[in-house]
Amino acid sequence: MDGLQQHLLSLIIFLPTAGAGIIILLKESQRAIVRQVALGTSLVTFGLSLLLFTGFSANDHFQYIEKVEWIANYGISYHVGIDGISLLLVLLTTFITPVAILSSKVAINDRVKGFMVSLLVMETGMLGVFAALDMFLFYVFWEAMLIPMYLLIGIWGGERRLYAAIKFVLFTMFGSLLMLVAILVLYSLSKVQLGHYTTNYLELTSLTLSASMQTWLFLAFALSFAIKVPLFPFHTWLPDAHVEAPTAGSVILAGVLLKMGGYGFLRYCIPLFPQATAQFTPWIVGLAVIGIIYGGMVALVQTDIKKLVAYSSVSHLGYVVLGIFALSLQSVSGSIIQMVNHGLSTGALFLLVGMLYERTHTRQIADYGGLAEVMPHYSVVFIIVTLASIGLPGLNGFVGEFLIIVGSYGTQPTAAILAALGVILSAVYLLWMVHRVFYGPPGAILQASRDEAAPKLADLSRREWAVMVPILALIFVLGVYPKPFLSRIEPAVRRLVVTYQTAHGPVVPAAELVDEQLIMIEKEMN
Amino acid sequence: MNAADILSTLPELVLTVTALGLLLLEVMGKPPRARFVWVALGGVGLALGLEFAVPSEGQFYAGMISVDLFTRFFNVLFLTTAAGSLLISVPYLRRTLEERGEYYALTLFATVGMMFMAKAHDLTITFLGLELLSVSLYILVAFYRNRVRSNEAGLKYLLLGAFSTGFFLFGIALIYGSTGTTHYDGIRLAIGSGEQLSMALTVTGFGLLIIGFAFKVALVPFHMYAPDVYEGAPTPITAFVSTGPKVAGFAAFLKVIATAFAFTTQHWWGILWILAAITMTVGNITALRQDNLKRMLAFSGVAHAGYLAIAIMVGSADSAFALLFYLAAYAITTLGAFGIVSLIEGEDESGLDMDSYRGLARRSPYLAGVFALIMLSLAGFPPTAGFLGKFFIFSAAIDEGYTWLVIIAVVNSLISVYYYLRPVVAMYMQEPADESAVAVPAFIVPVLLLVVLVALGLGLFPMSLVKNSIAAAGSLF
Repeated sequence: MDGLQQHLLSLIIFLPTAGAGIIILLKESQRAIVRQVALGTSLVTFGLSLLLFTGFSANDHFQYIEKVEWIANYGISYHVGIDGISLLLVLLTTFITPVAILSSKVAINDRVKGFMVSLLVMETGMLGVFAALDMFLFYVFWEAMLIPMYLLIGIWGGERRLYAAIKFVLFTMFGSLLMLVAILVLYSLSKVQLGHYTTNYLELTSLTLSASMQTWLFLAFALSFAIKVPLFPFHTWLPDAHVEAPTAGSVILAGVLLKMGGYGFLRYCIPLFPQATAQFTPWIVGLAVIGIIYGGMVALVQTDIKKLVAYSSVSHLGYVVLGIFALSLQSVSGSIIQMVNHGLSTGALFLLVGMLYERTHTRQIADYGGLAEVMPHYSVVFIIVTLASIGLPGLNGFVGEFLIIVGSYGTQPTAAILAALGVILSAVYLLWMVHRVFYGPPGAILQASRDEAAPKLADLSRREWAVMVPILALIFVLGVYPKPFLSRIEPAVRRLVVTYQTAHGPVVPAAELVDEQLIMIEKEMN
Repeated sequence: MNAADILSTLPELVLTVTALGLLLLEVMGKPPRARFVWVALGGVGLALGLEFAVPSEGQFYAGMISVDLFTRFFNVLFLTTAAGSLLISVPYLRRTLEERGEYYALTLFATVGMMFMAKAHDLTITFLGLELLSVSLYILVAFYRNRVRSNEAGLKYLLLGAFSTGFFLFGIALIYGSTGTTHYDGIRLAIGSGEQLSMALTVTGFGLLIIGFAFKVALVPFHMYAPDVYEGAPTPITAFVSTGPKVAGFAAFLKVIATAFAFTTQHWWGILWILAAITMTVGNITALRQDNLKRMLAFSGVAHAGYLAIAIMVGSADSAFALLFYLAAYAITTLGAFGIVSLIEGEDESGLDMDSYRGLARRSPYLAGVFALIMLSLAGFPPTAGFLGKFFIFSAAIDEGYTWLVIIAVVNSLISVYYYLRPVVAMYMQEPADESAVAVPAFIVPVLLLVVLVALGLGLFPMSLVKNSIAAAGSLF
């Protein structure tokens, strides 16, 4: 049992790849087995990650640390460990992956083997990004998951998949290669300041960097993360990638990949370059607010449901970035919760859109109308998820948005007010879409399905329920009782905020803010 | 000459004897030609074994040759490359009915040339190695007498090669005139003690040497021959030409600059900086526009020479190590790339364009997988050996303060991603014209396994190559 505890994190990271290895040995014709192995592996991975959650003690140390020399002469090691921030994102990843695998049952029938291998290898990459405590290792994982995502979009995607796939890769690589240069500069400084070469994250955070050095390095890292989030104006790859990707790809993309940008800001940009962070905060907060409003406005005019959800992502991730750079205890906690929320609710929206598309092969809002009549269960689920995405109290979205807006008000009042207006905007575009799709006069699709000869529009199947129920459960759990999650991220967030404030002068006194906030949320809901 | 001298060049002697033997067998017409390749491979294997079984260290032949971990590293690499290109050649030669003893013999002679370039400790020996290599390659490139393009490529290579040889030789003459010696150590001592005739003469001489090397490793603007030669040469020879001379050229370049000139780079680092930057950029941008795989890989080879030139320019122990690591990764993956290109290639040099790779993932999934892995390694995606090579070179450069050059290099890497992914797009994301699987001859299989082992194996567990490269680079300092 001790061995399991010691290597639990590595086991979780590499189990999906092991599953992919088994799948490679299977035959293309053994589709059912391929699917079962993929689902089984990802479920076991999820189960193991629950052990991480329960065994995690709420302090600000990195836990489940493993360190093995990798390229000894270069001070590079395989070094992983998690704190509260990574814990939540690891859980999100292991949760979303089986959901994505299960959702691909109908949509993916061509080259199932390659699809599952890509998904599982990508899971390893994503988990590695969240767990890495060595910058070289981080970079390897960061880049390694690019290729499976590229294949997912490029092979199983829609009409313009080749364009979307290469755009995704080139955008991401542009950012990450500059980040590589920055990592190399830090690495080179480690020899000067620490006396030995190292890429150990924990050691590199102790470097003293001059102001101009901070500025350059911050920009190199921040660009890479801003593209990934994506922050306005670096978001143009996202709608293309989302729309062209198969449902499972969109779910992973929205659910996990975009979180890597926010995570990067939290883990690398702010602790390593606190002064530069302070210097650039107004700019980044400004872009975040533009993203919130702009994403919402563009979503408003979309005629394609999937595109609408994609632009709503741009808007929602603006909140995440705002919360991160407002740098108060609540706002950062809120951002992390919001990352999880966005993963759940936007992931769920993509799943639901995918289910509809499998039935009707259209995503045009104009083709629908009155859908609630024929697909009542589907409609209820869709509306719950939409409300969660808008931030209705009692559902998960509320907790994150509330913490972000309240937490930002202390440090970034203007931005907080504008962001609050953005919430209204998101209610408008999402509810308007719901109205046009589910209510109103029956659209072309509904009329066609009334024809006796045409196949009936089926409501949610058992498999689709199995996909949706866990997400719905989490939407309610996080909405009503977020404390177990907040209490685990709090120490890590506190350390981050304190690091920033000691480097840059206190902004807000760090007290038991999260608890106060929880009480406020509870009051609000009653 | 004594026994120690002979022992120090035993692998080269074995290869030479094997090559001469092959020429004799061809004349005698016995045994059947199908067995020639085994003779050649046997010679290479024996040489490789002797490299380890009879290790020697120090200077031999009156200081003309030095043998150490550096030369052993390169000999292993040269012999592996030679074996790989022999294996790739067999199916191609048999398909085109051109299997002849001269082909194998010339490959071995070229390999001996490369080995002497690394072992040379005197500019005259460097020159002899270079010529032995070049002349063998001129013939190999033009080996297909009935193909116009093959002849054209051979002639082009010969004319431009002869020109660059002239520069190289004149450079040696100038250095001899200034320092009174062609021995690496002698040159270093003469420069160090100020006993040379004129610094300007030495610097000019070295500049001319740079031109000679730049031609061999295809640095811009001395790369003009490369695309035409690579395209016109029979594909297995392209594999050999794009790896062997490049590795040998860089080996000799590094050894000369480290031992004879002790990295006193202040006179020419600016030139090398510009050469590296232009080479990367021109190579990558031109590769973007290529639709013919051989030409694309030729230009990508030019771009890689640019990255490698960074390591030469930086001139630290770390950069020398990085150069060795990169060369090993580059040589093996490029060899594999051309090996696969030669399989897809149809009769009459058709099947070289991007469209021929459509849907390869459906036709032959494993072959497509290996080719994709090669492309990713050449593009420098982690976790491949190609990525580590770039990482080591860039980190050595940043350590010495060449941050801007590294930024140019990473922007170039980004450009290269686009064209390296084009075959991946064709193989995985487009539909095949016909569904038949590509036949993979047994001769190619070991090469492909080696490629996977290097590109992915060394990408994940690089320590064995890292240690050997560090030790090898260390013997230069």
